[in-house]
Amino acid sequence: MPPSPTTATAEDAAAQFSDVTRSDASLRGFLHGLPGVDQVGADARAAALGTRSIKTTAKAYALDLAIRMVDLTTLEGQDTHGKVRALAAKAMRPDPADATCPATAAVCVYPDMVATAKEVLGESGVHVAAVATAFPSGRAALDIKLADTRDAVEAGADEIDMVIDRGAFLSGRYLQVFEEIVAVREACARADGSSAHLKVIFETGELQTYDNVRRASWLAMMAGGHFIKTSTGKVQPAATLPVTMIMLQAVRDFRETTGQMVGVKPAGGIRTAKDAIKYLVLVNEVAGPDWLDPDWFRFGASTLLNELLMQRTKMTTGRYSGPDYFTLD
Amino acid sequence: MTSNVFEYAPAPESRSIVDIKPSYGLFVDGEFVDGHGTSFKTISPATEEVLSEVAEADQADIDLAVKAARRAHTRVWSRMPGRERAKYLYRIARIIQERGRELAVLESIDNGKPIKESRDVDVPVAAAHFFYYAGWADKLEYSGYGDRSLGVAAQVIPWNFPLLMLAWKIAPALACGNTVVLKPAETTPLTALLFAEICQQADLPPGVVNIVTGAGATGQALVGHTDVDKVAFTGSTEVGKAIARAVAGTDKKVTLELGGKAANIVFDDAPLDQAIEGIVDGIFFNQGHVCCAGSRLLVQESVADDVLERLKRRMATLRLGDPLDKNTDVGAINSAEQLARIRELSDIGEAEGAGRWSAPCELPTTGFWFPPTIFTGVTQAHRIAREEVFGPVLSVLTFRTPAEAIEKANNTPYGLSAGVWTDKGSLILKMAGSLRAGVVWANTFNKFDPTSPFGGFKESGYGREGGRHGLAGYLKGGE
Amino acid sequence: MTMSRVDVRKTYKLFIGGAFPRSESGYSYVVHDSKGAFVANAALASRKDARDAVVAARKAFGGWAGKTAYNRAQILYRIAEIMEDRRPQLVQAVRQSEGLSGSRAEKVLDESIDRLVWYAGWADKLTQVVGNANPVAGPYFNLSTPEPTGVVGVLAPQESSLLGLVSAVAPVIVTGNTAVVVSSYRRPLPAVTFAECLATSDVPGGVVNILTGDATTIAPWLAGHMDVNAIDLLGVAGDTELATSLEVAAADNLKRVRRAPAAEPDFAADPGLEAMTAFVETKTVWHPIGV
Repeated sequence: MPPSPTTATAEDAAAQFSDVTRSDASLRGFLHGLPGVDQVGADARAAALGTRSIKTTAKAYALDLAIRMVDLTTLEGQDTHGKVRALAAKAMRPDPADATCPATAAVCVYPDMVATAKEVLGESGVHVAAVATAFPSGRAALDIKLADTRDAVEAGADEIDMVIDRGAFLSGRYLQVFEEIVAVREACARADGSSAHLKVIFETGELQTYDNVRRASWLAMMAGGHFIKTSTGKVQPAATLPVTMIMLQAVRDFRETTGQMVGVKPAGGIRTAKDAIKYLVLVNEVAGPDWLDPDWFRFGASTLLNELLMQRTKMTTGRYSGPDYFTLD
Repeated sequence: MTSNVFEYAPAPESRSIVDIKPSYGLFVDGEFVDGHGTSFKTISPATEEVLSEVAEADQADIDLAVKAARRAHTRVWSRMPGRERAKYLYRIARIIQERGRELAVLESIDNGKPIKESRDVDVPVAAAHFFYYAGWADKLEYSGYGDRSLGVAAQVIPWNFPLLMLAWKIAPALACGNTVVLKPAETTPLTALLFAEICQQADLPPGVVNIVTGAGATGQALVGHTDVDKVAFTGSTEVGKAIARAVAGTDKKVTLELGGKAANIVFDDAPLDQAIEGIVDGIFFNQGHVCCAGSRLLVQESVADDVLERLKRRMATLRLGDPLDKNTDVGAINSAEQLARIRELSDIGEAEGAGRWSAPCELPTTGFWFPPTIFTGVTQAHRIAREEVFGPVLSVLTFRTPAEAIEKANNTPYGLSAGVWTDKGSLILKMAGSLRAGVVWANTFNKFDPTSPFGGFKESGYGREGGRHGLAGYLKGGE
Repeated sequence: MTMSRVDVRKTYKLFIGGAFPRSESGYSYVVHDSKGAFVANAALASRKDARDAVVAARKAFGGWAGKTAYNRAQILYRIAEIMEDRRPQLVQAVRQSEGLSGSRAEKVLDESIDRLVWYAGWADKLTQVVGNANPVAGPYFNLSTPEPTGVVGVLAPQESSLLGLVSAVAPVIVTGNTAVVVSSYRRPLPAVTFAECLATSDVPGGVVNILTGDATTIAPWLAGHMDVNAIDLLGVAGDTELATSLEVAAADNLKRVRRAPAAEPDFAADPGLEAMTAFVETKTVWHPIGV
């Protein structure tokens, strides 16, 4: 049995890998020593899990769980305080017509919108996540990325979604990527000694290969990321089932090795309830039921929520619903 | 907070789509006729429910069927231009697709295999075989084997892939201008009889396809009939040898697809998560009722513990139960007889000192069931490492070097298939060249395709089915 | 008076594992020429000689099958060269055993040598002609190639003592099989001379083993031998009863059987591929295509 996640800490895990993360060479040796991923086999496995048929009680359970896992997201240049307020309201009460409908996990916004979101959400339990570190490209100097992060945390962000330097990763400068994640994590610290949770975005569409996704996953976990996240939503392809499966295998193996649990967040491209349920099947059968919790699995999405709500209504009323019956925020 | 358990609710495929008749006759010369033997019952292995009563063909029935096939060959089928024969095969392929759901449900009911397999593998691949060989019918002069048909083919198929094996047999035979008399296995006759109906719907000329049902005696009468030109058999090595003896001294051409004891070899640099899937697919696909099943796992010692741990964790997620449930991964064992054999060999494995571990899954109380099981600490001397179990039972052995893996993998009278898992390209090619097996799956397992020849070395039989090579067994110019 | 010189006669022996042993049994039999005159005592191979030959052939199999096709082609071509070099001896053997005129025997030798050259060229072409890249419906590389079956028992023709022999042996070994050959019973001497050509032409020991003797007594042991993978029944052409019993025995380990024809064929005709393809196995290899 692996150590329980409550006893192992990120610091323990970091200590365990201190030899690995000492130099570029040792880091490279470790990451390239991970078992390879055969793309065709991985795709086939994810597709096979995608054929699970989730019906009746299982579907009802899955829909509510999926709603609770949504990071309701708006990351547009045209975002306004009004838009963010509406979004936050929706996150707390997704279906105004049904009090049994759960709230989402968080809203996800740019750092300058954190305060607005926080103002609406207050102590509702719905978190505020902020994308930082020169999102989405990450092409800025480190001190700017760190300042971006500190700003968001100071504004009240509960969670920081950072992007890794894909250029550095693809050119093999793993230590640079590692140290940057460590630095951002340190920047997540609050004055009271607590810390915002850190999600590390890989932009898997740019990493391209599953081997790279697996290596990036380990790199981020060793650096102390609380979550690993597929995409910014600004690059295609964004989240896919197989990429998410590779990341779920990584967090599963990481817990086997360290006892430390890390969360997974697919983001972008998940639009239908059916897709969301496929992801939950993946979580269930690849990482295991321990990850079936908003603390350990999230969906980065915007339009997905309404699809989940419509399906949920169909389950309770027995008839198909339509978009007119849900808010478009 | 809701419970942290994602319990999949039952998701049964409706069986209302199939109409199982209370009794079935033989399909001879385009019509269903009574048989003269003692009829027998076919049951659902998942519930032991009697599904139907099926006629048994005796010697006289076989004679009628062979005569019908001979007539059809002489008067119609061998004279018909290839492009016209092709169109009948295309029609059959299309009807299989159109009636795919019905065939899948019927297959799962009669055989016990999970609906997701009959739906996603057996039926579509069967249709694909007809589609592929349809295209050969008017191109045989380019095959390398000429375009002259043999005549009447006697075909005997097993119960593990009833419709798919039928397609493997009938599609190339018909494409080459032969007519056939086919006997499905006695425990799984229903999809073959539905296929007879499909032949009627396709307006296939009478006598081109004849389906005779029965057990071993019927099969013997068929392959021993003096007026058949070709014998094609898929089944056990023991029966294959008996057929080889029975046709000795005749001009009958023979194709035999027999047993196997495939090694699935995992090197320490393998893509492990995919290798685990390949191991699981290799031995638990179709309840391990697969002649090319990867029933011997050879794992490099340096990763043996890790692989076993991952394998057990993965096996624990296998869902065993109702074959018609769309989430079932492992269905029912096909017959009481087969279940007894699996139990016997497993008990021997345990008695011989191998470590037995079964996935924790609840077995239904009626029907024939065996949990996915692995034996660790197995050596080449154990019977479970040598004999074909034909069930969901995996023997795990270890090796240290590529040479040792090759030696162990080849150390068997069988030679049907093998698997290799490594990220090193040159090692894959070395292994592929050294393994004495008709099919080598590298970084994959249990893949089938109409274009890909399939068949064994050594006691796994001779001749190939599938691909261009699959034509050789049905043409006079074939090797 | 001057005494004429007494010539030194050759002892005709078996050819097993590259060596020329006498029969393990110690038996020999008298070989006559076509007119019935004594020619020699040939070794009479026993079942134990057959057993030893199978062991030698099995031992040689891995190395021979593992050689490059180009290398096997060169070695077969080398056999042809050596036969050309020993023309008088081979012509004499064919004349003696088959009772042919000098010019007819020369022609038989020509055809035998040409047959070897023809088969030599196939070594690196058969894979291209009978192999396939298969376009499967999925992201997989899929290739089918012929591989040698293993140890092949060859019952050489009884009448055509050299051309028939070469036509039976060359297609078996060119693809990488090794052979245990039972020569013509009444006409064994060309086979022994052929063995001497093999021994001096870079053919590894054990690739071809030649037993002189009676196929009707040796063949059942080869047909029933569980370490023989295939058998060519050419040498019992016309003997339906024996051929059937050999085919039945061969079923014990599912040997590939090249059935006996009703009569010995005309070996001068184009042999086609069948003699080669009867003793190869199609191996199909799959591999995913991905990044």
